[in-house]
Amino acid sequence: MNGYPVLKGASYTLAITPDMVIHNGTTQTTEMVVNPDSEYLKELPAHLRSFEDAVSYIPNQVYIGNAKPADLAATEFPYYDKKWENASRDGKYGQIMPQDEFYGLMQICDVFDLVMLESSFAQDVKAKLAAQNLLTEAQLAVLDKNANTTAEELLALVNDEHSEGLYNNNVLVGVVKRAHDVDANLSAHVMLENLVTKASNVLSLIELVKKAGVSADEVEYVIDCCEEACGDMNQRGGGNFAKAAAEIAGFTNATGSDVRGFCAGPAHAMLHAAALVKAGTFKHVVVTAGGCTAKLGMNGKDHVKKGLPILEDAIAGFSVLVSADDGVSPQIRTDIIGRHTIGTGSAPQNVIGALVAAPLEEAGLLMTDVDKYSPEMQNPDITKPAGAGDVPEANYKMIAALAVKKGQIGRADIATFVKEHGMTGWAPTQGHIPSGVPYVGPLREEVLAGETKRAMIIGKGSLFLGRMTNLFDGVSFVVQANDGSANAPAAAGFDEAAVKSMIGQAMREFANGLLGEE
Amino acid sequence: MDLENQKRVKDFAEKYGAENVVVILGAAEGEAAGLAAETVTAGDPTFAGPLAGVQLGLTVYHICEDEIKAEVDAGVYEDEISMMEMVMDVDDIASEMSSIRDEFCKYL
Repeated sequence: MNGYPVLKGASYTLAITPDMVIHNGTTQTTEMVVNPDSEYLKELPAHLRSFEDAVSYIPNQVYIGNAKPADLAATEFPYYDKKWENASRDGKYGQIMPQDEFYGLMQICDVFDLVMLESSFAQDVKAKLAAQNLLTEAQLAVLDKNANTTAEELLALVNDEHSEGLYNNNVLVGVVKRAHDVDANLSAHVMLENLVTKASNVLSLIELVKKAGVSADEVEYVIDCCEEACGDMNQRGGGNFAKAAAEIAGFTNATGSDVRGFCAGPAHAMLHAAALVKAGTFKHVVVTAGGCTAKLGMNGKDHVKKGLPILEDAIAGFSVLVSADDGVSPQIRTDIIGRHTIGTGSAPQNVIGALVAAPLEEAGLLMTDVDKYSPEMQNPDITKPAGAGDVPEANYKMIAALAVKKGQIGRADIATFVKEHGMTGWAPTQGHIPSGVPYVGPLREEVLAGETKRAMIIGKGSLFLGRMTNLFDGVSFVVQANDGSANAPAAAGFDEAAVKSMIGQAMREFANGLLGEE
Repeated sequence: MDLENQKRVKDFAEKYGAENVVVILGAAEGEAAGLAAETVTAGDPTFAGPLAGVQLGLTVYHICEDEIKAEVDAGVYEDEISMMEMVMDVDDIASEMSSIRDEFCKYL
């Protein structure tokens, strides 16, 4: 293929799940075990936001494309006490779904009858979901299965049958049942986590079709890059979230697989997708991920202590379509790739060197030649009060400091570099979700509008959390405005006709030689 | 501080004696460094990990503090730390660290 793989479309979605913060976020579930009478657990409910507040939260509006990254940068910090004026749950890139609809979507995504909803709740949700125009009649009809489900039955399932409760406004409205009596990998807890990630993934895939004008039938391969694992006791991470989600989203002609790499997963998956397209294996590959319940309210203790709302109340998802070069869309430079190798080491300057400086140097580019960098785009509204600082800004400072060490900018220019080449983070702290990819949607638009010419997407992952290695990880790639190389004449290389002609000539000479010998 | 790291610090202190252990931090922010320092001296302020209510009083420094920098080979420091030193607010980190040490360290 001439040209490069291109960013053809992107979708971003959120589901606001305040009750899940309490019942499924690990900060809270750990606290319930270690310190069940804690002040934090008592104060927490009063700090949960309404759906409307979460929708009008500016970083969320940036995530779904109704506001631009520059709008957030222009907003005075902090953000939690401000509202986006024209906020809507419906966004240019996707949408923000309320908790009750999300429970309905979870049941529609469940093909093993593990989710049950209270009958009247299910009917309300069915009507609300129908109005969203996301799902087929047959899919909506799944919610009719709850016609005889009572609150008492649900309570008994939670109390006596190891089911996980689904709560709405603190009322038990549903359950996720265990999928096996003994297998911990199919416990109600794990099934709930996996159905949440599947449902949020499905929502993003459906929005990709709806908002990005992608044809579901054209997609040949889907790569899931979340941080969960599905399987049973004999193959704990067997997979395949990608195919499971694509099935519900109606990608009938696709197959797929899962790629993992902690928070770096999406960047790795983007490389896989780009390589598959560049090789001509597939023309259209989707990279996609749902969110995770465990990280809900992860920094809740600090937010409550400082009088903030619980800002980690959203299950996030995203999908990106990588396609063969169309001559228009931004190209992924498959030949400018940064890699944190096993030999790189974990010191930040080695990491930034391997991910940013080395690939650019090899391509003959300076660090200032990249208009925008998208590293871990965590929203500082969430991380700063928790003592973790402004993560994107820290990354930009490191890139700038390395540019100083390389003699590409002066030491006094660090702040300017950060401002010009950086962005304010807007992504929820859902691990893999903030990692480089939230910028793909806005980047595509900026490049098409001629505002940005070249950007670098950087994914980083903390592999040591899995206790298999102490290594850090990361990959990066450069995206550029389409250079029209898709339509350039074929480069000198293998030419079948020329080779045939050469062989023919050789044969003739050989035959003549034989004749001459006689 | 990560619960697993709290456990490791606690185990080291028990195995080698708290007076023989020095904890070196690499946090990028004063507040985060201070929280980690507090955890290994006065106990886990979040009361979530193995060091909740455990006052080890360990000697604790940040890698960018002069006392530790002086102990490190200058070439190694240049290769591994100098870029981050440009990025971090070293004065803020140092003042946070020394205030925690003054209050809670038992072995200085």
